[in-house]
Amino acid sequence: MAVSNARVDPSGGFTVESLRANPRQARKERLIRDSLGATALVSVIVSGLIIWSLFSEAYTFIVEVDWGTVWDIGWFPRRGIYDIKTLLIASFIVTGIAMVVAGPLGLGAAIYLSEYARPQIRKMLKPILEILAGIPSVVLGFFALQWIAPNLVKTLFSGPAAGSLLAAGIGVGVLVIPLVASISEDAMKAVPMSLREASSGLGARRVTTTIRVVLPAAVSGLMAAFIVAVSRALGETMVVVMAGGAAQTAVYTHSPLEGSLTITAGMTSLARGTDNVVGEGLTFQSLFFIGLVLFVLTFVLNLLSDRFVHKVREQY
Amino acid sequence: MEAIAEKLRTDLMEKPAPVVAPPTVGLDLGQQAQPDAAAHTAEVVFEVENLDVYYGSFRAVQSATFTVYEHEITAMIGPSGCGKTSVLRCFNRMNDLIAGARVEGRLDFRNVPLYDARVDPVEVRRRIGMVFQKPNPFPKSIYDNIAFGPRVIGMAKRKTDLDDVVERSLKRAALWDEVKDRLKDSALGLSGGQQQRLCIARAIAVDPDVLLMDEPCSALDPIATTRIEDLMQEIKNDYTIVIVTHNMQQAARISDRTAFFTAQMNSETDQRSGLLVEYDRTEIIFSNPSDERTENYVTGRFG
Repeated sequence: MAVSNARVDPSGGFTVESLRANPRQARKERLIRDSLGATALVSVIVSGLIIWSLFSEAYTFIVEVDWGTVWDIGWFPRRGIYDIKTLLIASFIVTGIAMVVAGPLGLGAAIYLSEYARPQIRKMLKPILEILAGIPSVVLGFFALQWIAPNLVKTLFSGPAAGSLLAAGIGVGVLVIPLVASISEDAMKAVPMSLREASSGLGARRVTTTIRVVLPAAVSGLMAAFIVAVSRALGETMVVVMAGGAAQTAVYTHSPLEGSLTITAGMTSLARGTDNVVGEGLTFQSLFFIGLVLFVLTFVLNLLSDRFVHKVREQY
Repeated sequence: MEAIAEKLRTDLMEKPAPVVAPPTVGLDLGQQAQPDAAAHTAEVVFEVENLDVYYGSFRAVQSATFTVYEHEITAMIGPSGCGKTSVLRCFNRMNDLIAGARVEGRLDFRNVPLYDARVDPVEVRRRIGMVFQKPNPFPKSIYDNIAFGPRVIGMAKRKTDLDDVVERSLKRAALWDEVKDRLKDSALGLSGGQQQRLCIARAIAVDPDVLLMDEPCSALDPIATTRIEDLMQEIKNDYTIVIVTHNMQQAARISDRTAFFTAQMNSETDQRSGLLVEYDRTEIIFSNPSDERTENYVTGRFG
């Protein structure tokens, strides 16, 4: 027996002993497994603690707040006016504008990359898209305030040259284009080549194949891309803080051309002045309450997208 | 026949606008060119001469020369990597979809050079249908699978016409009785053999002139294979069929002519490329081949 580590039992025969695991290696294996399990456990525990603190403070708010102040004229947390609809509407407007920008541009880029671009061009464009995805959002926020607002919002929509929900929305849209493009492209690339061949074998042109075969087959993945992008846009903070056109407080508005606070921007402006927040009635707890609202929104969206991604795996 | 060739020559050239009602050349031919098989003055469908197929710098097929006749089943056999599928995919310019694929030599479809710069591959594929190795139905309903081609080329505008085309195609492919009650169900719910017959029905729904089949039975069990073979015999009076097959018995059973390809090592480039060894009537290829390599292959001594 040329096997190293092979332990031959005293009698010299070939028994179960000969095939038993090396105890040292078995111990090492167990150690690795346990420490990896511990790291996984830590992230679970941390998530649990975050959710617990979120819920417990939010609970205090929900129980003690005068609900009239939650449906009021605007977001003035330091004065005890917590109009949640101001933040919600602003968030929805920014997200909606972002998707109007990122949906067509991202999907168009994905279709081009997946169906039209020759390999060399694709090799060039993909990294550029990834660079765009890597731009820090604070840079994009500055860009939205300094370029999008005066050049697009003011000239095209005669809005303010300073921050507005529209400027922030376009900025967030630019931010999520790469996300939409890359997930959509993955979904389209996953459509088997044989379906494209079947289609062109029947005399379909490339645009027909794309519209009638590839997009329908990839529709679950495209939906997932869209939902992930919506969830990302809802959670985006820096761009809306910088270019949203409001600080600290906001009067209710549903005009994209005015400034307002999204959920995330509202939380930021509250949390920035920590000294002032703590101890002033429910101001501190309101932070957790709107945080919980945002958490529930994105959680539901992520669940939905998970569903769709799951469906995409079952297809073809 | 000369007139048809002339018509084709103009039809195949690129058209600026989306094509209005397809000329359905196949149908025209089907009606007027029912040949009395005995006389056998078969029309030439494909004329292949010194055809080379390249993928980049790799030569997959070298100087193939043979002729495909109307209303016959022409089989291409040979070991893996002998280039038979590459040749087949030239017939409807499917190789155009592969980056770097290139063709040299002559390949005429009814006297029209298929690789002429003015020829639009999309127009070619509307006349030359293809059935693939693995059944590849669209993830759509059975009905929508068959209706795909007619819809794309704008034939059968009205719903009732489309219904007729779907029914006729499915009947032609001997699938109607099995699926007529569930036309709205997903095609992916069919068995492998049914899916492949669906793909045949889908291909003939646009009334092609030629049907190319790339190992259509390799993913099927023997019973499904028999059904497809019977089907090919039935429809060959309306179409011209070119089939690639790994299965020599299949070629012997169904084809009128057989082309035997083999893979040959090129001593200079150290690459294998496909070579057409022998082309003749099927009974001659299998009983009295003139090339020793053919004989070795068909008797099972090689490959």
